Amino acid sequence: MDSATVNPQAEHDSAKHHHVSLPQHRHHFETEEQQREAGSFGMWLFLLTEIMFFGGMFFAYLLYRNWYYDAFVAASNTLNVKMGAANTAILITSGFFMALGVWAAEVRKKNLLVLFLILTTVFGCAFLGVKYFEYKEKFELHHVPGNSFDVSQFINPPLNAQGNATRPPLPPDMAQKTQLFFFLYFAMTGMHALHMIIGIVLLFWLMGRAQRGEFTEGYVAPIENFGLYWHFVDIVWIFLFPLLYLINLHPLAH
Amino acid sequence: MSEHIHDATNVTNPEHAEHHIVSPLEYTVVFVTLLLCTALTVFAATLDLGVFNPIVALAIASFKGVIVILFFMHVKYQSNLIKMTVGAGFFTFLVLITMTLSDYISRAWGLW
Repeated sequence: MDSATVNPQAEHDSAKHHHVSLPQHRHHFETEEQQREAGSFGMWLFLLTEIMFFGGMFFAYLLYRNWYYDAFVAASNTLNVKMGAANTAILITSGFFMALGVWAAEVRKKNLLVLFLILTTVFGCAFLGVKYFEYKEKFELHHVPGNSFDVSQFINPPLNAQGNATRPPLPPDMAQKTQLFFFLYFAMTGMHALHMIIGIVLLFWLMGRAQRGEFTEGYVAPIENFGLYWHFVDIVWIFLFPLLYLINLHPLAH
Repeated sequence: MSEHIHDATNVTNPEHAEHHIVSPLEYTVVFVTLLLCTALTVFAATLDLGVFNPIVALAIASFKGVIVILFFMHVKYQSNLIKMTVGAGFFTFLVLITMTLSDYISRAWGLW
Protein backbone atom coordinates (compact mmCIF):
# COMPACT_ATOMS: atom_id res chain seq x y z
CA MET A 1 0.00 0.00 0.00
CA ASP A 2 1.78 3.13 -1.09
CA SER A 3 0.49 6.55 -0.29
CA ALA A 4 -0.60 7.18 -3.88
CA THR A 5 -3.35 4.55 -3.69
CA VAL A 6 -4.30 5.11 -0.04
CA ASN A 7 -4.93 8.83 -0.23
CA PRO A 8 -7.74 8.89 -2.82
CA GLN A 9 -9.42 6.08 -0.91
CA ALA A 10 -9.19 8.01 2.37
CA GLU A 11 -10.63 11.09 0.73
CA HIS A 12 -13.48 9.06 -0.68
CA ASP A 13 -14.19 7.58 2.75
CA SER A 14 -14.26 10.94 4.44
CA ALA A 15 -16.63 12.29 1.78
CA LYS A 16 -18.86 9.30 2.36
CA HIS A 17 -18.73 9.76 6.12
CA HIS A 18 -19.64 13.39 5.77
CA HIS A 19 -22.73 12.32 3.91
CA VAL A 20 -23.83 9.57 6.27
CA SER A 21 -23.60 11.82 9.31
CA LEU A 22 -26.53 13.93 8.07
CA PRO A 23 -29.26 14.06 10.73
CA GLN A 24 -31.63 12.24 8.35
CA HIS A 25 -28.99 9.58 7.68
CA ARG A 26 -26.92 8.62 10.71
CA HIS A 27 -24.10 6.27 9.90
CA HIS A 28 -25.62 3.26 11.69
CA PHE A 29 -28.51 3.20 9.21
CA GLU A 30 -28.15 1.70 5.75
CA THR A 31 -30.42 4.23 4.06
CA GLU A 32 -32.48 7.32 4.86
CA GLU A 33 -35.63 5.24 4.33
CA GLN A 34 -34.48 2.73 6.92
CA GLN A 35 -33.80 5.48 9.46
CA ARG A 36 -37.20 7.05 8.84
CA GLU A 37 -38.99 3.73 9.20
CA ALA A 38 -37.10 2.92 12.41
CA GLY A 39 -38.10 6.32 13.83
CA SER A 40 -41.77 5.88 12.92
CA PHE A 41 -41.71 2.36 14.34
CA GLY A 42 -40.32 3.61 17.66
CA MET A 43 -42.82 6.47 17.82
CA TRP A 44 -45.72 4.09 17.19
CA LEU A 45 -44.53 1.74 19.93
CA PHE A 46 -44.60 4.71 22.33
CA LEU A 47 -48.09 5.66 21.12
CA LEU A 48 -49.28 2.09 21.72
CA THR A 49 -48.28 2.39 25.38
CA GLU A 50 -50.30 5.62 25.42
CA ILE A 51 -53.31 3.79 23.96
CA MET A 52 -53.04 1.26 26.82
CA PHE A 53 -52.71 4.10 29.35
CA PHE A 54 -55.80 6.00 28.18
CA GLY A 55 -57.52 2.67 27.42
CA GLY A 56 -57.51 1.75 31.11
CA MET A 57 -59.45 4.91 31.91
CA PHE A 58 -61.86 4.35 29.02
CA PHE A 59 -62.46 0.86 30.38
CA ALA A 60 -63.14 2.19 33.89
CA TYR A 61 -65.64 4.61 32.34
CA LEU A 62 -67.37 1.79 30.40
CA LEU A 63 -67.68 -0.34 33.54
CA TYR A 64 -68.81 2.32 36.01
CA ARG A 65 -71.25 3.84 33.55
CA ASN A 66 -72.97 0.44 33.49
CA TRP A 67 -72.83 0.04 37.26
CA TYR A 68 -74.02 3.53 38.23
CA TYR A 69 -75.93 4.42 35.07
CA ASP A 70 -78.33 6.98 36.64
CA ALA A 71 -75.51 8.86 38.37
CA PHE A 72 -73.43 8.93 35.19
CA VAL A 73 -76.38 10.21 33.15
CA ALA A 74 -77.17 12.98 35.65
CA ALA A 75 -73.54 14.05 36.05
CA SER A 76 -72.79 13.87 32.32
CA ASN A 77 -75.74 16.13 31.54
CA THR A 78 -74.24 18.94 33.62
CA LEU A 79 -71.42 19.24 31.06
CA ASN A 80 -71.60 21.98 28.45
CA VAL A 81 -72.12 20.30 25.05
CA LYS A 82 -71.54 23.58 23.13
CA MET A 83 -68.14 24.10 24.73
CA GLY A 84 -67.26 20.45 24.14
CA ALA A 85 -68.27 20.62 20.48
CA ALA A 86 -66.41 23.92 19.96
CA ASN A 87 -63.32 22.39 21.55
CA THR A 88 -63.56 19.37 19.25
CA ALA A 89 -63.56 21.67 16.22
CA ILE A 90 -60.68 23.73 17.69
CA LEU A 91 -58.58 20.62 18.30
CA ILE A 92 -59.26 19.19 14.84
CA THR A 93 -58.19 22.54 13.37
CA SER A 94 -54.99 22.41 15.42
CA GLY A 95 -54.34 18.88 14.12
CA PHE A 96 -55.00 20.04 10.54
CA PHE A 97 -52.32 22.75 10.83
CA MET A 98 -49.93 20.19 12.32
CA ALA A 99 -50.53 17.93 9.32
CA LEU A 100 -49.85 20.89 7.00
CA GLY A 101 -46.68 21.53 9.02
CA VAL A 102 -45.40 18.06 8.14
CA TRP A 103 -46.13 18.79 4.47
CA ALA A 104 -44.29 22.14 4.68
CA ALA A 105 -41.24 20.41 6.19
CA GLU A 106 -41.31 17.72 3.48
CA VAL A 107 -41.40 20.29 0.66
CA ARG A 108 -38.78 22.41 2.50
CA LYS A 109 -40.81 25.60 2.99
CA LYS A 110 -39.31 26.99 6.19
CA ASN A 111 -41.56 30.01 6.71
CA LEU A 112 -44.71 28.00 6.09
CA LEU A 113 -43.53 25.34 8.54
CA VAL A 114 -42.99 27.94 11.27
CA LEU A 115 -46.38 29.52 10.49
CA PHE A 116 -48.17 26.16 10.71
CA LEU A 117 -46.42 25.32 13.98
CA ILE A 118 -47.55 28.69 15.40
CA LEU A 119 -51.16 28.05 14.26
CA THR A 120 -51.04 24.56 15.78
CA THR A 121 -49.94 26.14 19.07
CA VAL A 122 -52.56 28.91 18.94
CA PHE A 123 -55.42 26.45 18.48
CA GLY A 124 -53.93 24.15 21.13
CA CYS A 125 -53.90 27.05 23.60
CA ALA A 126 -57.48 27.98 22.59
CA PHE A 127 -58.54 24.45 23.47
CA LEU A 128 -56.95 24.74 26.92
CA GLY A 129 -58.59 28.15 27.37
CA VAL A 130 -62.08 26.72 26.77
CA LYS A 131 -61.18 23.83 29.08
CA TYR A 132 -60.23 26.34 31.78
CA PHE A 133 -63.74 27.86 31.73
CA GLU A 134 -65.31 24.41 31.85
CA TYR A 135 -63.19 23.41 34.86
CA LYS A 136 -63.90 26.76 36.54
CA GLU A 137 -67.64 26.10 36.37
CA LYS A 138 -67.13 22.66 37.94
CA PHE A 139 -65.19 24.17 40.83
CA GLU A 140 -67.91 26.80 41.36
CA LEU A 141 -70.63 24.14 41.46
CA HIS A 142 -68.55 21.95 43.84
CA HIS A 143 -68.54 19.18 41.27
CA VAL A 144 -64.88 18.37 41.86
CA PRO A 145 -64.51 15.04 43.72
CA GLY A 146 -63.26 15.38 47.28
CA ASN A 147 -64.26 16.89 50.61
CA SER A 148 -66.13 19.86 49.15
CA PHE A 149 -68.12 17.79 46.63
CA ASP A 150 -71.78 18.76 46.72
CA VAL A 151 -74.50 16.27 45.71
CA SER A 152 -77.44 18.63 46.35
CA GLN A 153 -77.88 19.48 42.65
CA PHE A 154 -78.40 15.78 41.94
CA ILE A 155 -80.77 15.10 44.86
CA ASN A 156 -82.75 18.31 44.25
CA PRO A 157 -82.24 19.15 40.58
CA PRO A 158 -82.61 22.80 39.53
CA LEU A 159 -86.14 23.80 38.42
CA ASN A 160 -87.01 25.22 35.02
CA ALA A 161 -89.35 28.18 34.34
CA GLN A 162 -92.45 25.97 34.72
CA GLY A 163 -91.31 24.83 38.16
CA ASN A 164 -90.47 21.29 37.01
CA ALA A 165 -87.20 19.50 37.79
CA THR A 166 -84.76 19.74 34.84
CA ARG A 167 -83.45 16.23 35.65
CA PRO A 168 -84.92 13.24 37.49
CA PRO A 169 -83.78 13.48 41.15
CA LEU A 170 -81.37 10.80 42.36
CA PRO A 171 -81.57 8.94 45.69
CA PRO A 172 -78.73 10.14 47.98
CA ASP A 173 -76.65 6.94 47.65
CA MET A 174 -76.79 7.08 43.85
CA ALA A 175 -76.17 10.83 43.94
CA GLN A 176 -72.84 10.13 45.70
CA LYS A 177 -71.79 8.05 42.67
CA THR A 178 -71.76 11.19 40.53
CA GLN A 179 -68.35 11.75 42.17
CA LEU A 180 -67.14 8.72 40.27
CA PHE A 181 -68.22 10.30 36.99
CA PHE A 182 -66.47 13.55 37.83
CA PHE A 183 -63.40 11.68 39.05
CA LEU A 184 -63.15 9.95 35.67
CA TYR A 185 -64.04 13.21 33.86
CA PHE A 186 -61.16 15.06 35.55
CA ALA A 187 -58.76 12.11 35.25
CA MET A 188 -59.41 11.66 31.52
CA THR A 189 -59.71 15.28 30.41
CA GLY A 190 -56.92 16.26 32.85
CA MET A 191 -54.54 13.66 31.46
CA HIS A 192 -55.53 14.76 27.97
CA ALA A 193 -54.87 18.40 28.91
CA LEU A 194 -51.49 17.43 30.43
CA HIS A 195 -50.56 15.78 27.13
CA MET A 196 -51.54 18.99 25.33
CA ILE A 197 -49.46 21.14 27.69
CA ILE A 198 -46.44 18.88 27.10
CA GLY A 199 -47.18 19.10 23.36
CA ILE A 200 -47.30 22.91 23.44
CA VAL A 201 -43.95 23.06 25.28
CA LEU A 202 -42.48 20.78 22.58
CA LEU A 203 -44.06 22.98 19.88
CA PHE A 204 -42.17 26.04 21.14
CA TRP A 205 -38.95 24.02 21.08
CA LEU A 206 -39.69 22.78 17.54
CA MET A 207 -40.60 26.32 16.40
CA GLY A 208 -37.17 27.58 17.43
CA ARG A 209 -35.41 24.75 15.63
CA ALA A 210 -37.67 25.13 12.57
CA GLN A 211 -36.83 28.86 12.48
CA ARG A 212 -33.14 27.92 12.30
CA GLY A 213 -33.99 25.75 9.28
CA GLU A 214 -33.21 22.41 10.89
CA PHE A 215 -36.27 20.61 9.52
CA THR A 216 -36.41 21.96 5.97
CA GLU A 217 -33.21 20.42 4.63
CA GLY A 218 -34.49 16.86 4.41
CA TYR A 219 -34.56 16.07 8.14
CA VAL A 220 -38.31 15.87 8.82
CA ALA A 221 -38.37 13.16 11.52
CA PRO A 222 -38.87 15.38 14.61
CA ILE A 223 -41.79 17.19 12.93
CA GLU A 224 -43.24 13.95 11.60
CA ASN A 225 -42.98 12.17 14.97
CA PHE A 226 -44.29 15.12 16.96
CA GLY A 227 -47.19 15.21 14.46
CA LEU A 228 -47.94 11.58 15.34
CA TYR A 229 -48.06 12.52 19.04
CA TRP A 230 -50.29 15.55 18.41
CA HIS A 231 -52.73 13.54 16.27
CA PHE A 232 -52.82 10.84 18.93
CA VAL A 233 -53.90 13.46 21.47
CA ASP A 234 -56.58 14.53 18.93
CA ILE A 235 -57.87 10.97 18.69
CA VAL A 236 -58.17 10.67 22.48
CA TRP A 237 -60.38 13.77 22.47
CA ILE A 238 -62.40 12.49 19.48
CA PHE A 239 -63.45 9.61 21.77
CA LEU A 240 -63.70 11.60 25.01
CA PHE A 241 -66.14 14.14 23.56
CA PRO A 242 -69.00 11.76 22.64
CA LEU A 243 -68.45 9.47 25.63
CA LEU A 244 -68.40 12.21 28.27
CA TYR A 245 -70.71 14.83 26.73
CA LEU A 246 -73.08 13.22 24.24
CA ILE A 247 -74.16 9.64 24.85
CA ASN A 248 -76.16 10.37 27.99
CA LEU A 249 -78.52 13.03 26.59
CA HIS A 250 -81.32 10.48 26.12
CA PRO A 251 -81.11 8.08 29.06
CA LEU A 252 -82.71 4.66 28.70
CA ALA A 253 -85.94 4.13 30.61
CA HIS A 254 -85.71 1.35 33.18
CA MET B 1 -28.17 6.62 -3.97
CA SER B 2 -26.42 3.32 -4.78
CA GLU B 3 -22.94 4.42 -3.65
CA HIS B 4 -24.24 4.89 -0.09
CA ILE B 5 -25.72 1.41 0.19
CA HIS B 6 -23.63 -1.03 2.20
CA ASP B 7 -26.01 -3.96 2.31
CA ALA B 8 -27.90 -4.49 -0.94
CA THR B 9 -30.27 -7.04 0.62
CA ASN B 10 -31.51 -4.41 3.05
CA VAL B 11 -32.98 -1.99 0.52
CA THR B 12 -34.68 -4.72 -1.50
CA ASN B 13 -36.57 -5.66 1.65
CA PRO B 14 -40.23 -5.46 0.61
CA GLU B 15 -41.11 -3.89 3.96
CA HIS B 16 -39.58 -0.62 2.91
CA ALA B 17 -42.28 1.62 1.50
CA GLU B 18 -41.91 4.36 -1.08
CA HIS B 19 -41.73 7.74 0.66
CA HIS B 20 -44.99 9.56 0.11
CA ILE B 21 -45.81 13.19 0.84
CA VAL B 22 -49.51 13.70 1.59
CA SER B 23 -50.78 16.79 -0.28
CA PRO B 24 -52.47 19.78 1.41
CA LEU B 25 -55.60 19.04 -0.65
CA GLU B 26 -55.82 15.56 0.84
CA TYR B 27 -55.38 17.00 4.35
CA THR B 28 -58.11 19.56 3.65
CA VAL B 29 -60.58 16.88 2.54
CA VAL B 30 -59.87 14.92 5.74
CA PHE B 31 -60.18 18.11 7.83
CA VAL B 32 -63.59 19.00 6.36
CA THR B 33 -64.77 15.39 6.79
CA LEU B 34 -63.74 15.52 10.46
CA LEU B 35 -65.66 18.77 11.02
CA LEU B 36 -68.76 17.37 9.28
CA CYS B 37 -68.55 14.21 11.41
CA THR B 38 -68.33 16.36 14.55
CA ALA B 39 -71.51 18.21 13.52
CA LEU B 40 -73.14 14.88 12.68
CA THR B 41 -72.33 13.30 16.05
CA VAL B 42 -73.69 16.36 17.92
CA PHE B 43 -76.86 16.20 15.81
CA ALA B 44 -77.23 12.42 16.33
CA ALA B 45 -76.97 12.94 20.10
CA THR B 46 -80.06 15.21 20.03
CA LEU B 47 -82.17 12.35 18.62
CA ASP B 48 -83.55 9.72 20.96
CA LEU B 49 -82.17 6.51 19.43
CA GLY B 50 -82.46 4.40 22.59
CA VAL B 51 -79.61 1.90 22.91
CA PHE B 52 -78.24 3.09 19.58
CA ASN B 53 -77.18 6.54 20.85
CA PRO B 54 -73.83 5.31 22.24
CA ILE B 55 -73.37 2.93 19.31
CA VAL B 56 -73.85 5.67 16.71
CA ALA B 57 -71.60 8.04 18.70
CA LEU B 58 -68.83 5.43 18.95
CA ALA B 59 -69.19 4.47 15.27
CA ILE B 60 -68.72 8.10 14.20
CA ALA B 61 -65.81 8.55 16.65
CA SER B 62 -64.17 5.37 15.34
CA PHE B 63 -64.54 6.54 11.74
CA LYS B 64 -62.95 9.87 12.67
CA GLY B 65 -60.15 8.08 14.52
CA VAL B 66 -59.46 5.82 11.55
CA ILE B 67 -59.19 8.66 9.02
CA VAL B 68 -56.89 10.58 11.38
CA ILE B 69 -54.68 7.49 11.68
CA LEU B 70 -54.71 6.71 7.95
CA PHE B 71 -54.15 10.24 6.58
CA PHE B 72 -52.98 12.69 9.25
CA MET B 73 -50.72 10.00 10.71
CA HIS B 74 -49.78 8.65 7.26
CA VAL B 75 -50.37 5.00 8.13
CA LYS B 76 -51.97 4.43 4.72
CA TYR B 77 -48.62 5.24 3.08
CA GLN B 78 -46.33 3.49 5.57
CA SER B 79 -44.54 0.16 5.28
CA ASN B 80 -46.19 -3.10 6.28
CA LEU B 81 -44.10 -3.09 9.47
CA ILE B 82 -45.75 0.14 10.66
CA LYS B 83 -49.21 -1.00 9.56
CA MET B 84 -48.80 -4.28 11.44
CA THR B 85 -47.53 -2.44 14.52
CA VAL B 86 -50.56 -0.13 14.63
CA GLY B 87 -52.98 -2.99 13.94
CA ALA B 88 -51.37 -5.24 16.54
CA GLY B 89 -51.60 -2.48 19.15
CA PHE B 90 -55.32 -1.93 18.67
CA PHE B 91 -55.92 -5.69 18.51
CA THR B 92 -54.08 -6.20 21.83
CA PHE B 93 -56.13 -3.39 23.36
CA LEU B 94 -59.37 -5.06 22.23
CA VAL B 95 -58.21 -8.40 23.67
CA LEU B 96 -57.51 -6.73 27.03
CA ILE B 97 -60.93 -5.03 27.05
CA THR B 98 -62.73 -8.24 26.09
CA MET B 99 -60.98 -10.38 28.71
CA THR B 100 -61.45 -7.84 31.52
CA LEU B 101 -65.09 -7.26 30.59
CA SER B 102 -65.83 -11.00 30.37
CA ASP B 103 -64.41 -11.32 33.89
CA TYR B 104 -66.73 -8.61 35.24
CA ILE B 105 -69.77 -9.88 33.28
CA SER B 106 -69.32 -13.46 34.52
CA ARG B 107 -69.13 -12.54 38.23
CA ALA B 108 -71.86 -10.23 39.48
CA TRP B 109 -73.23 -8.40 36.45
CA GLY B 110 -76.55 -6.74 37.29
CA LEU B 111 -76.36 -7.70 40.98
CA TRP B 112 -74.94 -4.47 42.37
